[in-house]
Amino acid sequence: MDLIFSQLLDGLSIGAVLLLAATGLAIVFGLMGVINLAHGEFMMIGAYVTFVVQNIFRPLGGFAFESYYIIALIASFLVTAIFGVVLEKTLIRRLYGRPLETLLATWGISLILIQFVRSVSLAMVIGIAVTALLGWALQKFLPLPLKQASFASYLKGVLWTVAGIVGLIVISTTASIGRFFSNPWFGPRNLDVTPPKWLQGTWGSIAGIELPGIRIFIIILSALLIAAVVWFLTKSVWGVRIRAVTQNREMSNCLGIPTDSVDSITFGIGSGLAGVAGCAITLLGSVGPNLGGSYIVSCFMVIVLGGVGNLLGTIIASMMLGIIQSIIGSGSLLIAFPDMPNSLRSVVEFFATTSMSYVLVFIFIIAFLQFKPTGMFPQKGRSVEA
Amino acid sequence: MKLFKRLVPWILLAFAFFILPAMANSELFGFSQFRLNLFGRYFSLAFVALGVDLIWGYTGLLSLGQGIFFSLGGYAIAMHLLLVTKNDFTTGANGLPKFFENYGVDNLPFFWEPFWSFPVSIIAVFIVPSVIAGFVGYLIFRNRIKGVYFSIITQASLMVFYHFFNGQQKLVNGTNGLKTSTTEIFGLVAGSDEAQVLFFRITLILLPFAYLLCKYLTSGRFGDSLVAIRDDEPRLRFSGFNPTPFKVIVFVVAGGLAGISGALYTVQSGIVSPQFMSISMSIEMVIWVAVGGRGTLVGPIIGAVLVNYLRSLVSEALPEAWLFVQGALFVFVVVLMPDGIYGWFTKGGFTSMLAAFGIAKKTATYPKLDFDESVQEESFKV
Repeated sequence: MDLIFSQLLDGLSIGAVLLLAATGLAIVFGLMGVINLAHGEFMMIGAYVTFVVQNIFRPLGGFAFESYYIIALIASFLVTAIFGVVLEKTLIRRLYGRPLETLLATWGISLILIQFVRSVSLAMVIGIAVTALLGWALQKFLPLPLKQASFASYLKGVLWTVAGIVGLIVISTTASIGRFFSNPWFGPRNLDVTPPKWLQGTWGSIAGIELPGIRIFIIILSALLIAAVVWFLTKSVWGVRIRAVTQNREMSNCLGIPTDSVDSITFGIGSGLAGVAGCAITLLGSVGPNLGGSYIVSCFMVIVLGGVGNLLGTIIASMMLGIIQSIIGSGSLLIAFPDMPNSLRSVVEFFATTSMSYVLVFIFIIAFLQFKPTGMFPQKGRSVEA
Repeated sequence: MKLFKRLVPWILLAFAFFILPAMANSELFGFSQFRLNLFGRYFSLAFVALGVDLIWGYTGLLSLGQGIFFSLGGYAIAMHLLLVTKNDFTTGANGLPKFFENYGVDNLPFFWEPFWSFPVSIIAVFIVPSVIAGFVGYLIFRNRIKGVYFSIITQASLMVFYHFFNGQQKLVNGTNGLKTSTTEIFGLVAGSDEAQVLFFRITLILLPFAYLLCKYLTSGRFGDSLVAIRDDEPRLRFSGFNPTPFKVIVFVVAGGLAGISGALYTVQSGIVSPQFMSISMSIEMVIWVAVGGRGTLVGPIIGAVLVNYLRSLVSEALPEAWLFVQGALFVFVVVLMPDGIYGWFTKGGFTSMLAAFGIAKKTATYPKLDFDESVQEESFKV
């Protein structure tokens, strides 16, 4: 029974991470009808921010190093939120009302982010900065007649291409100077984050069962954050605006709610939550560029299962997913109930790997959607599309 | 001129069919057997792109699960080849494919049995994916799941199959997949140059048939219904149509095409593995269509060949850059070139660019769209 309990705790903490990530995704999906396939990569960025913060604080040692994790949490939220807002303002906004295209474009972004993390070096940062500056300056100081010419949009493309090529040249020349410039910061390898001492070990015990600090911390963290999100959505001014736009965009716009800003803020918060989830993942395992992909499909499943725009559904669905996967996938049922009948035993054994537990859970979800196509807690209201 | 336009694809096809293998044989212009094999792979990917175009370009359903059907076709042909080949590389001591030895399997799993027969395997290449597509499609479309939900569900189904094939070493060799390059077909070793030229030619012979099938489906009433589903499904339903059978049929056809594509790709790449069912592979299939031009039938073929050729070029020159290029391609095509290359040329993008530079005459509609009242009203309704 101890084993089952500890697996339950494992499942809860994985579910908590899923919950954080899926909540961000669900808010954005509910508001804009947009699926952000780069969401997993935002988690990855959050994890890398944690790694960077850890490395900054490591030489300080003592109390400063012990408290780095709190700062990493805040930093990962802020950095990914900024990434999210930039993505929304530059790309998502142009694709408004075309959800499938948005899905493809965000997948493109996620590929770029993965490769960026793998190969980012000082040379590359300099090159990108040069490209951005040059591109901006070329547009800015373009003579007015050219700006108003009928071929202005094509000219713009040409100018950006030129800026990009100059950037590539800058990258290759600076990279050839020395290893200081060309060394990738992170590389494709997996990196490890050491949790601070107060998170390692156990936090007391209940009825003889030890409570691992990291797991409990993640569960508490996610509970607090979800409470904060609920408070924000129901009590704060911007939260009310977000809910208004979610319910009826045109009407809100007519009533003077700045829907553009609402979109940006929501996207920022959603991405920020993904960043915090990424920060939490660093406690559970190592950090790699492909980290996002392994969580993103589960996040989608949580949303589909829970019903869009419903926090309670998201909470229940993510906990269910986490617990089922960890209890069945680890095969602890076999150990906990050694004397189960043979036929049942062979079935449980068949699914007692991580891969096969995914198979089981996803089949279960697809079957569930046959009975409730809109999830456990569907959005109420009338529309043609429903 | 019109006749010439109609002949161009056939000339290109004949060129690829007769001249390219000869060029590869004599290493003309640096064109090698290796390149020929790569082009064979690209053309085999055009089949799956055609299928994606049917469901996405024409019907407006973005399936992210075509990899399932693609790999099933590949597994079907690979299983047959592994069973019938008897040589030291592929056959283990107990007369079964060699990998079974590693896991101590002595009896052939039951679902391998039908693949002893060549005709059954060839039929299975497209029937198995079609049946599974029909089943999955019926379950999804019955519930009116569409839009982004459809994409997510198909992706989840993809993950089900991926994890299943990945986790079942004793049945299908798990992560390692099935290697076909050492097997024998028509008395040739599948990895040899002669066999590869043969596969290349088979691919080129089949491609026009796939194209004509899609052409047949998309012209006429059936095709109109598909476009109607894409553009305004509720309206179609209100006018008394049931869109579900249309969607299921088109999904089945797309699945069958993906299966053929997977089989052709597998024999030419020499391996089928669960990697074909990775999330990225299925999304890439969509981008080939988007680059080529969705809603057209030439577009997907162009897109599949072009994007994959670009992929080879970039990965050979600078392996790290490919993901950047691919990501940028996704964003660029979606934001700036929604009609794709072929659509850009045929739907007036090219002429409007020329017009912008003052080379071609501007085409104007009459009455001008900006001032036509009925058009203005239309846009308000939407």
